[in-house]
Amino acid sequence: MNVQPDNKAMKRDFDIVGKRTPRPDGIDKVTGRARFGADMSMPGMLWGLVLRSPHAHAKIKRIDTSKAEKLNGVHAIVTSKDFGPCDDSLLDIRENVMAREKALYDGHAVAAVAAVSRSVARQALKLIKVDYQVLPHVTDVDEAMKPDAPVINDKLFTKGLDKTPKKPSNIAERFEFGHGEVEKGFKEADLVIERTFRTEATHQGYIEPHACVASMGADGRGEMWVCTQGHFMVRNTCAGLLGIDVSNLRVTASEIGGGFGGKTTVFIEPVALALSLKANRPVKMVMSREEVLRASGPTSSSSIDVKIGMKKDGTITAGDATLRYQGGAFPGSAVPYGAMACFAPYDLKNVRAIGWDVIANRPKQAAYRAPGAPMGAYAIESVIDELCRELKLDPIDVRLKNASSDGSKASYGPNFGVIGLKATLEAAKNHPHWKAKLGKNQGRGVACGFWFNFGGETSVSLNVNVDGTVGLSVGTPDIGGSRASIGNMAAEELGIPHDKVRCIIADTASLGYNDVTDGSRVTFASGMAAIQAARDAIGKLCERAAKIWGIPVDAVVWEKGHARPASPNAGKHEPLSLADIAAQAGATGGPIAGHCEINAEGAGVSFATHMVDSEVDPETGHVKILRYTVFQDAGKAVHPSYVEGQFQGGAVQGIGWALNEEYIYSKDGRLQNPGFLDYRIPVCSDLPMIDTVIVEVPNPGHPYGVRGVGETSIVPPLAAISNSVSDAAKVRMTRLPMSPPNVLKALGRI
Amino acid sequence: MFQVHVRTRINGDDTEFSCEADETLLDALRDRLGLTGAKEGCGTGDCGACSVLVDGRLVCACLMLGAEAEGCDIETVEGMADGSKLHPLQQKFLDHAALQCGVCTPGFLVAAKSLLERNDNPTEEEVRYWLAGNLCRCTGYDKIVRAVLDTAADMRKASKPKPAKAKKASAKGRVSA
Ligand code: FES
Ligand code: FES
Repeated sequence: MNVQPDNKAMKRDFDIVGKRTPRPDGIDKVTGRARFGADMSMPGMLWGLVLRSPHAHAKIKRIDTSKAEKLNGVHAIVTSKDFGPCDDSLLDIRENVMAREKALYDGHAVAAVAAVSRSVARQALKLIKVDYQVLPHVTDVDEAMKPDAPVINDKLFTKGLDKTPKKPSNIAERFEFGHGEVEKGFKEADLVIERTFRTEATHQGYIEPHACVASMGADGRGEMWVCTQGHFMVRNTCAGLLGIDVSNLRVTASEIGGGFGGKTTVFIEPVALALSLKANRPVKMVMSREEVLRASGPTSSSSIDVKIGMKKDGTITAGDATLRYQGGAFPGSAVPYGAMACFAPYDLKNVRAIGWDVIANRPKQAAYRAPGAPMGAYAIESVIDELCRELKLDPIDVRLKNASSDGSKASYGPNFGVIGLKATLEAAKNHPHWKAKLGKNQGRGVACGFWFNFGGETSVSLNVNVDGTVGLSVGTPDIGGSRASIGNMAAEELGIPHDKVRCIIADTASLGYNDVTDGSRVTFASGMAAIQAARDAIGKLCERAAKIWGIPVDAVVWEKGHARPASPNAGKHEPLSLADIAAQAGATGGPIAGHCEINAEGAGVSFATHMVDSEVDPETGHVKILRYTVFQDAGKAVHPSYVEGQFQGGAVQGIGWALNEEYIYSKDGRLQNPGFLDYRIPVCSDLPMIDTVIVEVPNPGHPYGVRGVGETSIVPPLAAISNSVSDAAKVRMTRLPMSPPNVLKALGRI
Repeated sequence: MFQVHVRTRINGDDTEFSCEADETLLDALRDRLGLTGAKEGCGTGDCGACSVLVDGRLVCACLMLGAEAEGCDIETVEGMADGSKLHPLQQKFLDHAALQCGVCTPGFLVAAKSLLERNDNPTEEEVRYWLAGNLCRCTGYDKIVRAVLDTAADMRKASKPKPAKAKKASAKGRVSA
């Protein structure tokens, strides 16, 4: 057999990859047949609901569930007592899913009930009495860092300092990245600008609230149906929290109605399982939108100082940034990613980024699309824009001059491989958008963004069926069309039509472990695994052909979906199609399948440049987005429609973050806008079409050159829009969101 | 809790159900009748994922009580296709890749159908304002708007009667009216 899994021989001419094929789950999703988290019911099912803390910070003195237990129709009530010892790595998750000694934020779960109906469960919640002792709280990141701030966790001693402090504080850790000498660099500059920026917490805003059905049997075996980005993660985490053998919990991923990082952890899932264990019946739980906003992962709010020096010719001589992110009530904000990513687009001699991970009385932050990167990029790209303006330099030329390129040393340490930042900037420079005329009160902004992308643990199984169709099982939930792209890569490799491959998301009992759908990894890693599984199957198909023909296997090649004799010396044999060989599988040695288990490496980093025109109404402070163009390197766009969709979706989430969205806390630490009316994400009438330009600089780490595309698209918008609004309003914007009141303030009107 | 008996017609079928007095139409559809095509994204009338047509009017099923549906004619996404033949909007959503996760899709389809029934030649702006009550977090709306505009264009082409047949069709229309 001479089919080798050799990533170096990168394929560049494709039959199926790059085509806009119909998606396999399409009909289900336009007819209402697709089953999402809340669409599942089980026989004998109960409804579970959670009681949540109304306080930002309070000691839980006593929880009295006796009245609720007596209510007819109530079958189980759980509190933190029902979650026993667990591994240290799960302690924060255990405390986040059910408060123990203290409620740490408005919305923190304190108890849960399972009852025969939602209305009985609702009544039961009202009968649970919790005695709270309200404690002083802090929700603002800068306030939380002050020495006299209320201490949320008295066992938290700042890590990452030369000497670990003796006093606890809300500062969890300090990070530092960079190289060179920034002070020396600033001396070489003709102009140095220093600014402070603030961004507010935003929510991933997936339209489908968290939902699950859990069923634990008396035999200690359980099943779960969950909307999640990673059902293997749900299995392992829940098993760890409840002391169940991993093999005894089988988790099926439902269709998932958006995640954006917010469904990479657990919230109600272990609670539903605990209720089911106690009630000995299946339990369904569905969060309300209010619960989603109050208690599931928002992103960090941040406060960032940036200082950058530039020469008259546009050379950046030094960059220095300090990023402070609050990540809610537990350590682990995405500040290290922010600090690593913020200067990554530039090849700098002197650069430093310091990150502070801070806790506050807010829900534990969860990953949100390129976690941590948009805020850092916002601050750095804003200062670069201002330097260009002051020095009368073209912002694209300056970026091109300083841009990271193949082999340059990244601000966070390693040397880049083959990267496409310059290609996105050139595409932007040559696009008609860049030359288009602007009117009164209108402005244009550009910004660049970077994301690492990820590979990770991946397991794929590919079955060649008797009729020549192929079943492809992957373990990474499909959020945006990945079944289409992964199936197409397998079909490409096998040389059969795309509709002969059916790609499904297999449950946790049917496949090896898979990391969650995150880090823009699925099309890259599950795709790579599917290609390798296809190659594995091709090897076996060639063996069967060799057997049928009675020739050695290395005299057989696989071409365009057929086994053929490698050369005339191998004898004259009619080529055998995949279907021909599949039909004889039983007689030639049994089922034919390909497998691949990898920890995928070689995820190529990805860069984007965004360009946006906006108009500012000086009377109301309202900002309207007039035109938007995304230029992003996809390596190879496997399914261009869904690549464009990722570019557009990320840009629009960025528009929301930049203009409207924010978590608003009152003085008593309660979230004031836990609903889609007041937490306003962009709607159709707010927006223009979002133009996209797919740049393809192949990633040498993938057999087809694929790079992840999902996350990079949210990194540049905050800065690009802020630069555009600053241009339109003729005043530098330094705070998000640029909502009408904040814009009017910046204009000096209020 | 006290239950109400409700008689409706849903996607053409006479359908009866019982629901609690304070239960929403959305919960009745989803939990009592197994029509889970309409989704709950917010429960407060802000996301449009639960959009259905009630007596031809576009409503948020989360804002209406099940009991209020007595005697109503209800259309949900499950009733849009004609057997295995997709409604033109459903087909265009697929052609334009106007969905990523697809949880908002049923609501958008029902809302867009209701728009095209009223206006077969909407401008981009009219589409954007009509659909402003439907939230999509994945797509940025671009491909959704294109799919709706493209459907409208196709439907206009299809309904433009050929000159010879036009007379017959309109004559027939008058007779039956
Ligand atoms: S669920 Fe009805 S509008 Fe959101
Ligand atoms: S496609 Fe996911 S919310 Fe619209």
